[in-house]
Amino acid sequence: MIEIEGVSFSHGRAPILSDISLTIPAGGVTALVGPNGAGKSTLLALMARLLPLQAGSIAIAGRSVAATPGREMARTVAILRQDPGVSSRLRVRELVGFGRFPHSRGRLTAEDERLVDEALERFDLTGLAHRFADTLSGGQRQRAMIAMAYCQGCQTMLLDEPLNNLDMFYARDLMRTLRMVADSQNKTIVVVLHDINHAAAHADRIVALRDGRLVVNDVTARVLTPETLQAIFGYRMEVATVGGLPVVLHHR
Amino acid sequence: MPGRVMAEAATASPHRAAERRTVLAICAIATAVCAVFLFVGLRGNVAFVLGLRLSQLLGLVQVAVSAAVSTVIFQTITGNRILSPSIMGLDALYLFCQTVLVFALGGFGYAALPPAWKFSGEVALMMAISLALFLPMLRRRSDMMLMILTGFVLGLMFRSLSALVARLIDPNEFAVLQGASFATFQSLDEGLLAIGAVVTALGTAAAWRARHVLDVIALGRDAAVGLGLDWNRWVTALLSLVACLVATSTALVGPLAFLGLLVVALAERVCGTRGHGFLLPAAAGVAVIVLVGAQALARLGFGGAVVVSVVVEFVGGLVFLALLFSRRHG
Ligand SMILES: Nc1ncnc2c1ncn2[C@@H]1O[C@H](COP(=O)(O)OP(=O)(O)O)[C@@H](O)[C@H]1O
Ligand SMILES: [Mg+2]
Repeated sequence: MIEIEGVSFSHGRAPILSDISLTIPAGGVTALVGPNGAGKSTLLALMARLLPLQAGSIAIAGRSVAATPGREMARTVAILRQDPGVSSRLRVRELVGFGRFPHSRGRLTAEDERLVDEALERFDLTGLAHRFADTLSGGQRQRAMIAMAYCQGCQTMLLDEPLNNLDMFYARDLMRTLRMVADSQNKTIVVVLHDINHAAAHADRIVALRDGRLVVNDVTARVLTPETLQAIFGYRMEVATVGGLPVVLHHR
Repeated sequence: MPGRVMAEAATASPHRAAERRTVLAICAIATAVCAVFLFVGLRGNVAFVLGLRLSQLLGLVQVAVSAAVSTVIFQTITGNRILSPSIMGLDALYLFCQTVLVFALGGFGYAALPPAWKFSGEVALMMAISLALFLPMLRRRSDMMLMILTGFVLGLMFRSLSALVARLIDPNEFAVLQGASFATFQSLDEGLLAIGAVVTALGTAAAWRARHVLDVIALGRDAAVGLGLDWNRWVTALLSLVACLVATSTALVGPLAFLGLLVVALAERVCGTRGHGFLLPAAAGVAVIVLVGAQALARLGFGGAVVVSVVVEFVGGLVFLALLFSRRHG
């Protein structure tokens, strides 16, 4: 469970988030949506303590983000940043192996190696395991970064625009994998999405921000109405039903 | 830890094995170079000459290892492969601290202090100043060009501040200072040799213990924090370690602008990895080969004594320019 209580944040004088309070239940996929600059990345960074809390409190699985030691927090929550660069020259397998650092401090045990192999397998990276990450395509690198976050083995995962750079095949594949992981391992997954239809197909809940304020936090079906979507994105879009699934015609 | 199986051997990839062989080869060559330095051309009072050479070797190895280790750490915490502590003006900072101490204590006071005291005072002063200057930049990694420019400006500033303070010192004291700040490979400061060996050994051991942490720090601040590292604490600790190593090396032989950069670039090229478990020993080994090897060649009659530092610095400067112009830095 993620509990966010009265969180506000500003860069200098510019307010970025204003008094956000919300609760995300344990287990399941939650889509975080909103226009560019709404504050999604900032909220995720606060949850993963990459930014210091200025006001309010955040607790993940009962642990206060501000007060819990870094190493314990790193075993509780894993984050994928938006556009993470790979700064050093690393092979994919080494990169994914860093996910085990909070557990074994860099000395991988046999169990760690097994988990790394499993993560490589799950994100279809086995064939790329010995390639240098800086020689991969954007989408392949993105998958390697996701595998690293997955490998951290945390009950809570925060993914900031993981579909960036992924083609349709891998975008669908990733969303299905997240769905499966959430169901089979009861993980709490928060994922920032721009394509609302991925949220429609795979997310249990949708949390929407606009201009640093919470617009809605509800189960997917109740968010996908023309009125609510207009409140979030600022224009009217039709919602159709195809094969029993809501489909948002946001591009028309 | 009982019950925790180390799996390195079982799953070590072919790359790992190759990297390990490269590091071993580098260390073997470094040992051979040290042997050549010690034993080739022994004449006269063998025991005496050998003793002299041993202490010289101890000094050279110290300087080499500390240049390599401090540069590796500095590059990793700044996230930048064309920086070294000397390029950022840290050795100029050390000379400045020394000048300030001579000024504050007076030439006689300074000369009368036991070397251990002088040295600790200078190191403490230097750690304080470098933390104050660089920590704000490292909290969030700054832009590379900004850091290089800052380094050059700081270096110039400390040099001219040193010159200014030196003017204020009376001529006798200035002589003391010159004696202190223009050490070379020829006249190693015996009093500092033992302290330096201890500091360098401890510092190198600390860097080695932190090799996995350094690997994580190389991923960048956000990734490191996400993996549970206390970024500010580690960067502070590692920067202090760098300051300490640079102070020791500068105290022993004087400023060496490009040695660290040269050997780390070479080691990385040879090893093909930036994994610190390989890079730290490889860079240290290459540094020993370059510095001790150059000194051995100089003694065998290839060029005079001055040539060593000039050649090492000249080649290092070329490497710096090459790195600066090639696209693959950073
Ligand atoms: N370092 C920063 N300094 C100043 N403003 C920033 C900084 N980072 C982000 N912002 C601003 O904060 C707002 C929210 O950014 P962000 O959380 O990245 O939005 P989103 O991820 O929803 O697109 C934007 O208006 C952005 O311009
Ligand atoms: Mg964003």
